[in-house]
Amino acid sequence: MNRFEWMEPASLESAVHGLGPRARLLAGGVDLLGEMKDHIALPERVVNLKSVSGLDAIEIGDHGLRLGALVTLDRLAAHPQIRHRWRAIAEAASSVGTPQIRNQGTLGGNLCQRPRCWYFRSEEHKCLKKGGDICFAVAGENKYHAILGGGPAFYAHPSDLAPALLVLNAQVRIAGPGPRGRGLRLRTLPLAEFYRTPAQRLVGGETLLSDQEIVTEILVPEPFGDSTYLKFRERLSHDWAMAACAAQIQISAGHIKRAQLALGGVATIPWPVPAAARALAGQPLNQATIEAAAHVAVAGAQPLRQNWYKIQLTQTMVRRAIRQAAFPEKADFVSA
Amino acid sequence: MSQRKRESNANELSRRGFLKGAGLGAGAVATGVMTPAETLLAAEKKDEIRGPGELAVTLRVNGRRHRLQVEPRVTLLDALRDRLGVTGPKKVCDHGECGACTVLLDGRPVYACMNLAADVAARNLPVETVENLGTPEHLNTLQQEWVRQDASQCGFCTSGFIMAATALLRDTPHPSPEQVREQLSGNLCRCGTYPKIFAAVEAAARRGPGSA
Repeated sequence: MNRFEWMEPASLESAVHGLGPRARLLAGGVDLLGEMKDHIALPERVVNLKSVSGLDAIEIGDHGLRLGALVTLDRLAAHPQIRHRWRAIAEAASSVGTPQIRNQGTLGGNLCQRPRCWYFRSEEHKCLKKGGDICFAVAGENKYHAILGGGPAFYAHPSDLAPALLVLNAQVRIAGPGPRGRGLRLRTLPLAEFYRTPAQRLVGGETLLSDQEIVTEILVPEPFGDSTYLKFRERLSHDWAMAACAAQIQISAGHIKRAQLALGGVATIPWPVPAAARALAGQPLNQATIEAAAHVAVAGAQPLRQNWYKIQLTQTMVRRAIRQAAFPEKADFVSA
Repeated sequence: MSQRKRESNANELSRRGFLKGAGLGAGAVATGVMTPAETLLAAEKKDEIRGPGELAVTLRVNGRRHRLQVEPRVTLLDALRDRLGVTGPKKVCDHGECGACTVLLDGRPVYACMNLAADVAARNLPVETVENLGTPEHLNTLQQEWVRQDASQCGFCTSGFIMAATALLRDTPHPSPEQVREQLSGNLCRCGTYPKIFAAVEAAARRGPGSA
């Protein structure tokens, strides 16, 4: 790792003003230290968000769930009420990395982690994402890359929590500098507006965050139905999604009243699929309805040479996630 | 008592003892009580910007406080091994992928290579390593079962596995086979001794509380 200045801010405002183009924010630190050890992040200053108090709370109130950005993934996975009412969050959190990573990794860090594309993570490859002029994945090894939202770069977004939070209509609270760069400004926006495709933003991050902004909190309303997060990975632990699907579904008298679906591991951003949700809404819960949703979920997919399999895999995950959310008590039905 | 002290007490020049003694930097043991001035400082928190040169930190390792000077970029793993002579946590991948450096931070297993020493010190979190468990002469129950079940081949992953399993058995004295596998899923054994590792943890659990 390169040498850097170490800042322990006493307040959120200090943290915001300690950040800048050559600084990086440290939350859990698993992703940042990985970037620094790979020499793709060379910050001159690291700002330790953990020295700001009050960002690690889990609160459940009348308006739903409030999660501090520093809540660790193991707490999300184990929380009884989250497991019961916002199950997709607990399932997504428990699917991340390893016990060691979940004990350290934070919600905010999971949402803001950088792509795992091996060209992006390689010091020797000056790729588009690092200010170069080529996406090596186009002609290179692209088995794990995106089939949706690609161009001009084709990495897959690695977050497990984001698809789960998207189907739960989560909002993200962001702190940044106030007017004329002074003070503190807080803003709240839907998580669905938080991410940026490579066509929208190539260098610096996969979100709309400026280099002085910090995710402080995630707000999740009361769910309208049962939710789930299903993830397919090559190894049963310590792996990112090859394809994942989050679903929230409300069933009434054999019909799907309302649904939300989002994909992970197959697009350059956590990928909401409103067309698939529309294909479900108002329809009887049967095989034809599920097939229709799976069909439109991958509409517009543009696979690369080695990742055509992701179309079929994604459709399978969509089918299973719908069944899992519709019949949470019937696990056998899901795997069938 | 630290392993280093035990080795010097034994009055024999083992290879490990020699390497550790020869390579050690300063790692003075400080007192465990905050002075009134320190308490006052902790109460009135101010922004702190230090580095990139060395800064003074205090690490709580295996029940003792150690004052040392580290650059902000020094990982907990390097501080433990190279500065404090606590070499139970192994440096293998140094990328949070293999688990050989697993330590307990505030009782929870984490990768020491993916934590900064300055961060751990700032949060005043206790660090526990395999040095805090049994001694070579008096292995604890889990370590005895590791030997009995022949769960180590090259042994390089062992201390990381032991720490991950220790946290499991303290939280869940009677884990299911699935819980054992899940809790150890962040540790790799390149010799492939997994069946014997799982057997050792399950055997230790059967022997009951106090096994870790």
